Amino acid sequence: MKRNKSVLLSTPYILWMVAFTLIPLGVVCYYALTDPANGSFTWNNLRQLGMYLPVFGQSILYSLVSAFICLLLGYPVAYYIAHRTPVMQKILYMLVMLPMCMSFLLRTLAWVGLLQDTGIINNLLAAIGLPRLKLIRTPAAVVLGMVYNYLPYMILPLYSVIVKIDHRLIEAAEDLGCNGVQVFGRVILPLSVPGIVSGMTMVFVPAVSTFYISQKLGGTETVLIGDVIERQFKQGNNPNLGAALSLLLMVLVFVCTGILNRFAGDDGEEAVIV
Amino acid sequence: MKRVNKALTILIFIFLYIPMAVLIVASFNTGKDVTRFEGFTLNQYIRLFQDGHLLQLLGNSLVVSILASLIATVFGTVAAVGIHNLNPRLRGAVMTLTNIPMTNPDIVTGISLSLLFVFVGSKLLGQRNSLTFGTLLIAHITFNLPYVILNVMPKLNQMDPALENAAMDLGCTPLQAFFKVTLHEIMPGIVSGAIMAFTMSLDDFVISYFVSGMDFVTLPVEIYSYTKKPIQPKVYALFTLLFVLIFVLMVGMNLVQMRSDRKKSEAHGNGK
Repeated sequence: MKRNKSVLLSTPYILWMVAFTLIPLGVVCYYALTDPANGSFTWNNLRQLGMYLPVFGQSILYSLVSAFICLLLGYPVAYYIAHRTPVMQKILYMLVMLPMCMSFLLRTLAWVGLLQDTGIINNLLAAIGLPRLKLIRTPAAVVLGMVYNYLPYMILPLYSVIVKIDHRLIEAAEDLGCNGVQVFGRVILPLSVPGIVSGMTMVFVPAVSTFYISQKLGGTETVLIGDVIERQFKQGNNPNLGAALSLLLMVLVFVCTGILNRFAGDDGEEAVIV
Repeated sequence: MKRVNKALTILIFIFLYIPMAVLIVASFNTGKDVTRFEGFTLNQYIRLFQDGHLLQLLGNSLVVSILASLIATVFGTVAAVGIHNLNPRLRGAVMTLTNIPMTNPDIVTGISLSLLFVFVGSKLLGQRNSLTFGTLLIAHITFNLPYVILNVMPKLNQMDPALENAAMDLGCTPLQAFFKVTLHEIMPGIVSGAIMAFTMSLDDFVISYFVSGMDFVTLPVEIYSYTKKPIQPKVYALFTLLFVLIFVLMVGMNLVQMRSDRKKSEAHGNGK
């Protein structure tokens, strides 16, 4: 009796989510299939997508590179934090979280000050007699911006997985004759896979769709798909093409995260949320 | 190996904090350029409070994020209890629905909601301004709900169903049993869901950028507009104050948690 009634509690929620997640996606499809001028049905917006495939490719490349760099940098940090005393773990965890709470727009703007041609880094180089470097408006600057902004999203899920690894498993591996590298490769790394997968996802998804980072730190050759979409809505006034591009982006992200989750070996029920 | 690890960790922390240090130093700078420190001044702080414009926008951000996270917390907790009792197949479908805003890029969520609001507002209702405070709030509630659900559901799953039955055997109505037993058990999940929802909401730029109108602007949306107009150095002062505030809040929360952990372990001996 009671069980049946409490099920009804989920009804308003389901209606809300249908109204504000499913129906909006339907509206995106509607816009993608209509002509901006007269609102009639057309395949034109979808046909134009081919032109933007190189931009999609570039966005995926940049964000995958960023996600791998985040993994390489984040793993040792997460591992280090997970092996401190409980109090120290709390302090370091807090220090990783703190940047996530501060405006990412301003923090990216600070990188402009650091990297620009007459910026802080170049001024320092000049002061010690080295030549100035072209840092800003390069692909490297965009990747740096992505790594900087999303590194905490990699460290936190990795940490929460590594800290839960049963120490007895490591001891058992050592007793059975594994050396340090083998313990890492055969015990610790496989057990951290869920954290790696959710960390990669949490870096990749916002990075592939960013427009602020590439607008501030990138140049004309580092235009990403987020820039193109943002321009269709806010400057170009072709929301129909923008809608078509958003649909393709959504499908690509869906496929990429699906592939990533395959590696996790389960249906994501145990994915780590931070 | 351990030493390499430690050195790398220190370097990464420096990397994470250098841009923030640049902004904090800039807040005390007499010059307008972040790249050159010309002299120490507190003028940016005085201007920040005299002018009040940025503080008002911060107020806007706080209003949206507090309202959205409170509504999402109550709404989401109630929904989680319902979802928990659904049959597994339906539950799976609802959880997939819940995951859509989590896995979709923010830009897609923002655009889809903005197109919906414009479509309904201008085409169906004939409004001229279809993006308002209301639409911003709806968008924030929508992306906050999954955080609450995903934090509360595991707590409901962990809970022993016998507890609720025991309460009802002892004479509680189902509602009383919920408030006296279930709510107490799932409280940690509710609190962490609410905190997560609030911080996501407060810091959200991408979705707000697409769904907010001209009449109600939040702080991140204003900061984005500095791409087109010159940056006001007052914003560095605001950043510094927020940094200190969040730092103090985090340290405070950690201390409270540590104290309660210690009390618990003293009360239970070393149990479990």
